[in-house]
Amino acid sequence: MEVTSEVLLDLHRRMVRIRRFEEAAGTLFENSEMPGFIHLYVGEEAVASGVCAALRVEDQVGSTHRGHGHLVAKGGDVSRMMAELMGKSTGYNHGKGGSMHICDLDLNMLGANGIVGGGIPIAVGAAFANKYKGSDAVSVVFFGDGATNIGAFHEAINMAAALKLPAVFVCENNEYGEFTPRRQTMAIDDVVDRAAGYGIPGVVVDGMDAIAVYEAATEAVARARAGHGPAFIEAKTYRYYNHHGVQTLGTKYRDDDEVARWRERDPITLIEQRMVALDIASTEELEATHRRIQADVDAAIEFAKSSPFPEPESLLEDVYTGGA
Amino acid sequence: MTATDTASATELRNLGYGAAFTETLRQIMAEDEDVFVAGEDVGAAGGVFGSFTGLQAEFGPMRSVDTPISEQAIVGLGIGAAVSGLRPVVDLMFMDFVLVAMDQIVNQAAKLKYMFGGNTSLPMTITTNAGAGLSAAAQHSQSLEALLCHVPGLKVVMPSNSHDVKGLLTASIREDNPVVFIKHKRLLGQKGHCPEALFEIPLGRASISRPGDDLTIVTYGRMVSESLKAASVLAGEGVDVEVIDLRTLQPVDTDAIVASVQRTNHCVVAHEAVRFGGLGAEIASHVQEHAFDYLDAPVGRVGAPFSPVPFTPALESLYVPDAARIAEGVRSTLARS
Repeated sequence: MEVTSEVLLDLHRRMVRIRRFEEAAGTLFENSEMPGFIHLYVGEEAVASGVCAALRVEDQVGSTHRGHGHLVAKGGDVSRMMAELMGKSTGYNHGKGGSMHICDLDLNMLGANGIVGGGIPIAVGAAFANKYKGSDAVSVVFFGDGATNIGAFHEAINMAAALKLPAVFVCENNEYGEFTPRRQTMAIDDVVDRAAGYGIPGVVVDGMDAIAVYEAATEAVARARAGHGPAFIEAKTYRYYNHHGVQTLGTKYRDDDEVARWRERDPITLIEQRMVALDIASTEELEATHRRIQADVDAAIEFAKSSPFPEPESLLEDVYTGGA
Repeated sequence: MTATDTASATELRNLGYGAAFTETLRQIMAEDEDVFVAGEDVGAAGGVFGSFTGLQAEFGPMRSVDTPISEQAIVGLGIGAAVSGLRPVVDLMFMDFVLVAMDQIVNQAAKLKYMFGGNTSLPMTITTNAGAGLSAAAQHSQSLEALLCHVPGLKVVMPSNSHDVKGLLTASIREDNPVVFIKHKRLLGQKGHCPEALFEIPLGRASISRPGDDLTIVTYGRMVSESLKAASVLAGEGVDVEVIDLRTLQPVDTDAIVASVQRTNHCVVAHEAVRFGGLGAEIASHVQEHAFDYLDAPVGRVGAPFSPVPFTPALESLYVPDAARIAEGVRSTLARS
């Protein structure tokens, strides 16, 4: 597959946007300027960016508790996102959802999800709706390695396969389920091995290489769009920060060396090196992209901080459509 | 509240409770192509209780979907489809199986609208079959409606007769919120008046099954007919009982209950579910909060004892409340007057 310079520029912009947003959110969180807790996507940017660059607006995205990156990559507005993370009325969910439920249904991003694996059956339902309506939209669902140990994953992927639905399953294998190493919780080397049990094709990709993810996603999405059923992508990736928040509190659960080794293959650095080598962008142009996106994120923080909290009357609004 | 919501222009005829369910589904599917049914054996087999008979033949396998035995994925299918603009009816066969899908029902379906700041609606109906009395033992006989009524975001419906099956199912499917529609297995073959044309009974509105002056029985589901039998017996003893059929359990028609108790000054709540922590506790509490000064006796409660449902008919018949136990509950309450 030929990946054009436009695609590389697009992938780079998506990744930088996620990185800058997440770094800013992490700082606000560590400074106690953000309530609750947040699961940062830093380190995994190539996965969401590579997949979402292969999607159309009408394609649905199911997400996880680590969902900011999926929404940014799907085209989410960082100002409304930051406002939501701060619990403000101008946020995507009017302050009712926060980090773990952030969504933009106009972009067909079906929401982050606080229950591990909980978003998978819902994304399969969206895939069913596509087939039902005769639409060629595809529903893509992200989930971690840990989610493949929960029943909802197995029920949903089997149903998608049995009903031959236009769904793509993207496992973000970051090697840890919260604080427990993946290899202690499953007896297989590659999560993708599970796809065979459902009779669907699966591939392993370097989850730090946005181009590789993009290529795999393009193929899987095209297959699903053509009516050939679901596919599985395992992207081997890594989160730089803690399961939630930035700093590791309490017992250290992974070596500094391990973190350093993964950071040496930083997905943004990798694509920038490639873009410079291929003469797609100069170092100065790439730095300009960082500056421009940082300005967007700074504006988002300002927007969020200056936005009001929801009015008390909204407490009982939207429990039901049409009121109680 | 009205005594009857029947469309007066509609000619009445007799139809089974289960047949009313099937007929209603077929009529709604014919008028709204966004409505489909999905669940275990609902397609080619027509459902284990026959509730979906003929739908796949008429509407095809995409609108009458046979699914794997995967309750979480079945409800998730409904949620994802509803968020995407369809109007799914997903079936969980036995109410006991609802528990297998509780994450999708409670953490997902009930909360999405609120968590999303109102930016979606969830027009999904979950159908299931509750109730004991068929020697189906402890995992196929439960009445777990109180668990669902506790969850903001869900609506819960439990019809007592064919007429209400039609009116409530129509309203449930047309509702833009997740509704759990609970049939009682032992009522499936019971015939009753049911108009042919579709009509809606608004959710959240009780009906008075039998007017009376001396005591109000608040009940629903299969205990409505048992309460009416009890009322007949009590009438012979000179006690004039009013029977309120809640029909919708969430939201519950508290205005109807309070208005009735203010007239009768006595109240007994009767349900098949386990008494402890059942809907009767909530209703009794509401009555004492809102009609305390009208009560001549404590609110009585009739329900199942605190045990799993037994298998053998010898024990199950002792377990399930019936007209005799409801009548005894009424006498006990009146004795405190």
